[in-house]
Amino acid sequence: MHRNIFFTIITAFAISFGNAQEHEHITSDLAASDLDTHEDEDINAVIMHHIGDSYDWHLFDWKGHPVSVSLPVIVYTNKGGLSVFSSSAFHHDDAGKEVVEVNGQRFVKYHEKIYLASQSANEDGVYLDLDEEHHALNARPIDVSITKNVASLFVTAILMLIIILPAANYYKRNGSGVAPKGMASFLEPLIVFVRDEIALQNIGHKHYNRFVPYLLSLFFFIWIANMLGLIPFIPGGANLSGNIAFTMVLAVLSLIIVNVNGKKDYWKHIFWMPGVPVPVRILLAPIELVSVFAKPFALMIRLFANMTAGHIVILSLISLIFVLDSIWVSPAAIILTLFIFIIKVLVALLQAYIFALLTALFIGQAVEEHEHH
Amino acid sequence: MVGSIAAIGAGLATLGIGLGIGKVGGSAMEGIARQPEAAGKIQTAMIIAAALIEGAGLFAIVVALLGTNTGA
Amino acid sequence: MELVTPGFGLIFWTTLTFLLLVFLLKKFAWGPILTAVKDREESIDNALKSAEKAREEMKNLQADNEKILAEARAERDAMLKEGRELRDKTIDGAKEAAKAEAEKMIENAREQIEMQKRAAMTELKNQVAALSIDMAEKILRKELADAKKQEALINEMLEDIK
Repeated sequence: MHRNIFFTIITAFAISFGNAQEHEHITSDLAASDLDTHEDEDINAVIMHHIGDSYDWHLFDWKGHPVSVSLPVIVYTNKGGLSVFSSSAFHHDDAGKEVVEVNGQRFVKYHEKIYLASQSANEDGVYLDLDEEHHALNARPIDVSITKNVASLFVTAILMLIIILPAANYYKRNGSGVAPKGMASFLEPLIVFVRDEIALQNIGHKHYNRFVPYLLSLFFFIWIANMLGLIPFIPGGANLSGNIAFTMVLAVLSLIIVNVNGKKDYWKHIFWMPGVPVPVRILLAPIELVSVFAKPFALMIRLFANMTAGHIVILSLISLIFVLDSIWVSPAAIILTLFIFIIKVLVALLQAYIFALLTALFIGQAVEEHEHH
Repeated sequence: MVGSIAAIGAGLATLGIGLGIGKVGGSAMEGIARQPEAAGKIQTAMIIAAALIEGAGLFAIVVALLGTNTGA
Repeated sequence: MELVTPGFGLIFWTTLTFLLLVFLLKKFAWGPILTAVKDREESIDNALKSAEKAREEMKNLQADNEKILAEARAERDAMLKEGRELRDKTIDGAKEAAKAEAEKMIENAREQIEMQKRAAMTELKNQVAALSIDMAEKILRKELADAKKQEALINEMLEDIK
């Protein structure tokens, strides 16, 4: 039944926004890249494009034309209010040449960003003011579009629901006296692992119960997002967990949870470290204060850097074939890619574990109550 | 040119992380070999220490990354 | 720079989605699952504990049984011993009594026999005396039938007296 719901949602998505269209395209895909001139910069651009976000979900190229699922663009401007339109309106233009007019507002897409278009095009036909380094100077609307990453985020969330809810139903149906079967038997060891090894061990038996649901959600969310990022085609292919906005949200939530639950001892250790002379206390306070923010910052950077670096390495290895312009490189490139892929599967789980573990550890430090000092 | 210097910086940072995590991992292995029954606790402590070292290194890499992109 | 600049759209959607997900899962998934797992763990724990308790009880029971058995055995032994003693005593007593009785009877018999023997002896003596007198009378009569022999006898007797 859940599977049906899932397919209904996906189909609805595809029908409402996803008129797969074929249009002339700008350098947007690896194989189609023009590699004759400025090879390094092109490869760089291709890799950056692949690990970045985009407004449509590229499926494949057909006879030199990209086929992609168009996603809804949702932008807000003070003058025009909320504007919603399909990204197919840009006709695969990414150079700011195609102007879309909605609610009296004119938008262009340039390097996977939406800008308010200039009144007239410049000599290259681009409706933007560009500086010498080709950075657009135009104003940007508030952009809450369903981009590739956001769609991938939804897929992650839906996947989590269709994996975990049936398992929960199994327990509801059968009570606690029955041994887990199917998805429940797969999930239960992981759940018990998160509860006992991550939450209980780092937070302590007094407080850990409160944080287990959050840590479980965090762990599975990051893991599934990581794994989806490894799938090279739809519904994967987005670099969601390698996007700093995504990791930032999770890190900020961890920061909030840690500090909201901070007990007296925690704050005392930050501002007035017990057991050391007064001058050292004064010296330590700013350092400790910085560390309050540095810890979630490291969480954010760690996940982002690990996932992005993995994608870059894989794409670079594949790009070797095009850089060296020889098909004989491909076996080596493919074997190396396979190797990196296996490591990435491990890293996907490891990073989810580490994120949850460190969050639990920080929570544990915050709720810990010292008996002596 | 700034980009390549930044890349050297990232490389140096990685060198530091590698040394640090290598030492942590090696010591943890020794510890586990000496006391196999404490493997679980040592592993947790090892991952935490490695994560903290990695965190410090990642800052450096991010700075290098910033350098690369602003310079290019 | 582009890479490390978080975009507002994704921040917005991630926050919304993740918080909604945490809420939904907490309510509909983690809650029931964790409760069920905990319940099961507790029930297993309880089952183990009660099994342990039962085993302990069994052990105690066994020990009790053993003790009762040992006591019973001891009691039986004591009873047997007592019985044996009683029997022995009874037998001994009976023997003693029988012996005494027998002795008494023997004594009686002996006395009787003695008495009868004596009576018989007396009878015999009397008869022998009567017979002797008879015989002496008869001999005397025969001897003294002749006057000469009477005289000789008187002489002999006088001789003897002399």
